[in-house]
Order: sequence, then C-alpha cells, then structure tokens
Amino acid sequence: MLARIRQMVIKEFIQVFRDRSSLFLLLATPIIQLLILGYATTFEVRHVSTAVLDLDNSSESRDLIARFGASRYFDIRAWVSDRRQISELITRGDATVALHINAGFGSHLRKGETAPLQVILDGTNSNIALVALGYVNQITSDFARDYQNKFQQRTSPLLLKQMPTVVLERRPMFNEDMQSRWNFIPGVIGILALIQVLMLTAFAVVREREIGTLEQVMVTPIRRWEFILGKTLPFFVIGFADGALIAIVGTAWFRIPFRGSLGVLSLGLVLFLLCVLSVGLFISTVSKTQGQALISAFFFNDPAIIFSGFAFPMTSIPPILRWISYLDPLLYFEVVLRSVYLKGVGLNVLWPQMLAMAVFAPIMFTISVFRFHKSID
Amino acid sequence: MRAYRVVAMARKEFVQILRDARSLAIVVLMPPVLMLLFGYGVNLDTSALPLYVFDREGSQQSQDLLKHFQSSRYFDLVGTVDNYPALLRAIDEGRCRIAIVIPPDFSKKLNAGGPVGVQALVDAIDDNTANLAFSYSESVVRGFSAGVQLDWAHRQGLAGLQYPLNVQSRVWFNEELQSRAFIVPGVIALVMTVIGTFLTSLTVAREWERGTMEQLISTPVQPSEIMIGKVAPYFLISVIDSTLCAAIAIWGFRVPFRGNWGTLLISSALFLVVVLAMGYLISVVAKTQLTASHISLLTGFLPTFLLSGFIYPIDQMPVVLRAFTHIIPARYYVSILKGVFLRGSSIGLLRGDLLGLVGFAMVVGTLASRSLQKTLD
Repeated sequence: MLARIRQMVIKEFIQVFRDRSSLFLLLATPIIQLLILGYATTFEVRHVSTAVLDLDNSSESRDLIARFGASRYFDIRAWVSDRRQISELITRGDATVALHINAGFGSHLRKGETAPLQVILDGTNSNIALVALGYVNQITSDFARDYQNKFQQRTSPLLLKQMPTVVLERRPMFNEDMQSRWNFIPGVIGILALIQVLMLTAFAVVREREIGTLEQVMVTPIRRWEFILGKTLPFFVIGFADGALIAIVGTAWFRIPFRGSLGVLSLGLVLFLLCVLSVGLFISTVSKTQGQALISAFFFNDPAIIFSGFAFPMTSIPPILRWISYLDPLLYFEVVLRSVYLKGVGLNVLWPQMLAMAVFAPIMFTISVFRFHKSID
Repeated sequence: MRAYRVVAMARKEFVQILRDARSLAIVVLMPPVLMLLFGYGVNLDTSALPLYVFDREGSQQSQDLLKHFQSSRYFDLVGTVDNYPALLRAIDEGRCRIAIVIPPDFSKKLNAGGPVGVQALVDAIDDNTANLAFSYSESVVRGFSAGVQLDWAHRQGLAGLQYPLNVQSRVWFNEELQSRAFIVPGVIALVMTVIGTFLTSLTVAREWERGTMEQLISTPVQPSEIMIGKVAPYFLISVIDSTLCAAIAIWGFRVPFRGNWGTLLISSALFLVVVLAMGYLISVVAKTQLTASHISLLTGFLPTFLLSGFIYPIDQMPVVLRAFTHIIPARYYVSILKGVFLRGSSIGLLRGDLLGLVGFAMVVGTLASRSLQKTLD
C-alpha cells in the first residue's frame, strides 16, 4: 500500500518538474506576484494633487495654504487665478483636490468672524476623496485652533488658559505607522498559496483524464484513495514550500514584523493547504476538461479572495454575503496570518479559525472522494 | 485569406463551445456573477465599526462624550469594560476595532480648563479603516469639544466667540462617495480580460495538447484564417458579456452614466482586440493549457486587477511601478471607463487613453497574426 502511494508521489513529482517552465511557474510566479501585490496594493493616500485658488492673498490665507503644502498628504501642483481653471483641472483629473479662498478671508478672521473655505474634491475614487477629506478637516481644524488661540491671546489673554478643549490622542495598535504594506504582505501569502495550489490540484486529475492516462492508472492495482493520496501529497509539499518561500521573501523584502510563533503559522498553513487541496480535488472530479477545471478554479478563487477580507473590510458587506463568507477557508487563514504576524497572538485566540479550517477540509475531502468514485465509473 | 475557411473555423469553434454546456453556462453567467461579487462584496465604505468604551471616570461629562460616540452612525457600541486587560483581549480577538478610553480625571481637568486628552485605541492592521476610524472619532470629539467651549464662553460672557473656519466641501462626479460607483465600471474590463485572454488562451493550446493541431495543419487553412476563426466566437461572446455588464452597472447598481455611448463602444472594441490578440498569442506560445492559463493569469488577469487603477489608485504607487502601468493595456481602458461613466468625459479629453489602446491593438494584433507557424517541430 505504502509502496503504491510512494510510486504515485514519485510519478507526480517527475511530472511537475519534468518541464522547466512549470518549475519556473512554481517558483518565480509567486515571487513576481508578491512583488507586484506588495507594491501595488495600497490604500494609503499621500501626495494628493492639489490646486489652489487664493483670491484673498492675505497672510492668513497664505498660512492656511502653507499648512496644506507642508503636509505629506497634499502636493500643491497648480496655482490658478479663476474658478473655471479649477473645474478644468478636476475634470481632466489633473487635480484631485482644489482649495478655493475668496477675497475677504483674512479680514473676516481678523474681525473674529467665520471665514469660508471651499474645498472641491474629485470623488471618482471615493476612497481617496474620503481619506483626503479627513486630512482636510484635520489641517483646517488645527489652523482654526491655532488661530483661535492667537485671537484669544490678543483680546483676552487671561482667559486663554481656561478654555477647555478635548483632544483625541491617536493610538494605532499593531501597525503603528499605519502602513498598508504591513496589512497586505501577510495577507498575500494566503492569496498566492490559494491560487498556486488550487490550480495545480484542479488540473491534476483532469489532465490524466483528458490525455487518457487515467484509465491506464485505473487498471493498475492501485486503490482509489491511494491514487488520491498519491496525487495530492506532492501538491501539499509544493504548496507548503511555496507558502514558506513567499512568507520568507515577503517578510524580508518588505520588512514586515513577525511577532507571533512560527509553529502557529505553520499549523495554519497546513490546515489551509488541506482545505485548498480538498477544493482542488473536488474541482478536478467535476471537470472533464482542463478548460472546465480552470474556469471552476477561477470561480472559486474570485469569491474566496473577495470575501476573505484581504483587501476589503468585511464590516461593510451585506449580511447575506457575510454568511456566505463563513464558508471561505481563506477568511480564516487571513485572520491567522495577520494576527500571527502583527498581533503576535497564539492558539488561545486563534483556535476558532483553526477549528473552522480543520472542519472544512475533511468534509470537502469526503465529498471529493465520493464524487471521484462516481466520476470514474 | 478566404472567407469560407474563416467561417468554417469559426463554426467549428462555436460548436465546440456550445457542445460543452458547462463552459457555455459559465461564459453566460460570469458577467452577472462577477458584477454581483464586486458590486456587493467589494466595498470600501466603512460602516459601523465595533466600538468598546473604557470610562475610567464615569462622570456626567464622560458619559456625555460617550453618548456622542453612540449616536454616530460610524460606530457601533458593542462593549463596555472596566479594566485594560479586558480591553486588550477584545482587541486581540478582533471583537473590537476601536476603543475610547476616558481618563479618570476627565471632568476635573475639563472644568479646570485647558486641553484634556481622550485616547482612541484603534486596531490599525487594516490601515485604511483605521484612518477613517480616527477621522470619524476626531470629528465626534471636535463636536463635543465645541459644545463644551460654547458653554464655557457663555459662562464667561463671551457670547461673540465664533469658530474661525467654515469648510464647505463639495464632491464631484461621485457625490455620495460610494466605492461601488468607481469599482463597478472597472469590472467590465475584468470580464473582458477573463474571456478574451483567459478563455482564448486555452483554445490553441488545447489543439496542440490533444494533437488536433496536426490535423489542422494538414488542411489548406492559413495561419491568419485560423487566428480569426478561433477568435471570432470569443469576440462575439465578449461583446455580449460586456454589454450585459454595462447594463447591470447602469440599471442594476445605478452607477451614473454621464458620457457618450460611442466613446464606450469604440474603446471597448479596441480593448477587445487587445485582449483577444493577447490570449491568442499566449496560446500559441504556451502549447499546454496549464502553462497558458498561468501566463494569462500573470499577464492578463493580475495586471488588470492590480495595476490598471481598477481598485488600487495608480498615482499612489511607487514611481517604478507607476511607469510600468503604462504597458498595461487595461490601464487605458479602465481610465476611459471611469471617465465615461462618472466624469462624463468627452472623446477629446480621453484621446490620450484611446491612442494608447490603438497602439496596443496594432502591436499585439500584428504579433499575434505572425505568431503561428504551420510547422511541426
């Protein structure tokens, strides 16, 4: 029995490594994808291109604009002299934010009155607009507070000390500099392991069937479950090696802190790979051609990635979809990855996620083996 | 080139697609499924973050501040704790995304005047959500602070104290700042890439793998006729699917369509030529379906997903990557889609992107038409 499984494993390894291109695909593509994902996926908003229309040109208006220019969130790219130019810049997409200060801004302030500042935002990318608006509010309220203090000092210096103010102290935890990368790189490990292993497994049985070698294997004394085990074991090994490679390169290249335990991460990866293998096997039993397998794998990957919380916060999706997302093994693995990397927590916190994957894999495997029996006959 | 041979090739290809009921179903179902996934699943609009409060004082004023948080629609009060360890545990387990900690001397300090700090502990792993959480809590605290100041000024007899700035923000193109409006149009590009590059890349590779290419070579059909015949059915399918997508976007998701249909049609046709030619080119080079699918994933799907500006803004990428996006055809198409849908851009404004597509269509089309040699090695 063991001998037969071993023979299957050897055959699979030979098949995978026989052609150079598949070796390249196994090792190089995850790294390329890692680099692209690492650099491209960011929701940080910095250096937003900004246009300024200052019709007042007082020391107050210049001070306010200078605060925008000095922050790393806004880059002042254009100084315009009338309102039409603002419309043009925003419509062409050359400016995302425009500040419009009317004449009289400074004199209003000096009289202790409220002065208007108009902010026009290109909302095409709602996220950028929303975050930029947050920065606008931050800068303007700093300006307002400072101005108010100065004003008070001039008019009634004694009262200034007594004026109560509540300030928010920001304490970002786990990702102290709020870098998108710290969030995405650990997440990418899960995504790439999924894409890579699912594709390989889904193709495994189908190719034999399509080329006609499945019948040849079936006339040998090998049993079905031995065949399945022999088929999936190599992909498990390859998947683990791939996952480890991505994790090491990603952590080192992007300097992501690793605060948890390697053991917990490995356990998570093993459980997740079992889930992916079982899904891949299922796909390969329900597909007759490689094309079908490919499309099916694609149709699993897409929702799995979207519902995993990898890039999009799960708090904002409708409840029905959130229930579906509980069937997504990647959802659990992503939590494990990020928690181990950044929170440094262990099994006492992550056991629900581990348990979910440990339940998913055997159920899916059983279904696949059952389907496989039927698909052979 | 003879028309009847092209028609014969196209008919053969059509029959092959139609015969495989599942592939057909997938091709028909893909646009609505992807549309629904991205329309509902991909949502960057943060809603109601789980909030914990730790009120170390429990005074009238601290409760008042917490009421301000409770009434904000951005927070959902899910827990109250009376010690730090419990709070940290809730954050570790992900039950709490933001915690407000009020110091034990809050009201005393507030009544004495001067600034009082309130801590916001935010799980910042997802930096984008953390950013918004800070911005929303900042505005809650600012609102509370302004109220306290007004009371204070009243007591001091400073009735005339006014807040110096009035920020009037106006958002263009996506007035309600819905992430759906900027993501959904891009799905059209994604669907076209999947069908055009992914499915098409499998077709010639399949002929090689199954050995039917030799049969084709022995017929009088010319390489260019093979290409057009192979690609024509997928062209038709893509046209139908992308129209369906546009319809779902406009009437299903109510994404505003402000531009002109002609621009959309022209650019879509150009982009289709590019993705189909790419798919064909890959399948000629790859020879096996597994390799073909890997290459098309790497050169078609991933760049369209990550580097086209579909979700992740190009102007926030590192310089090198930003330059690299210029050789991604989807970049131009996604830019046109967003222009046509949200901005209502005229064809003149989009000429740069259109020229980019024309260039790609010519280069990739020429390469594809020369790629297939009717020889066996």
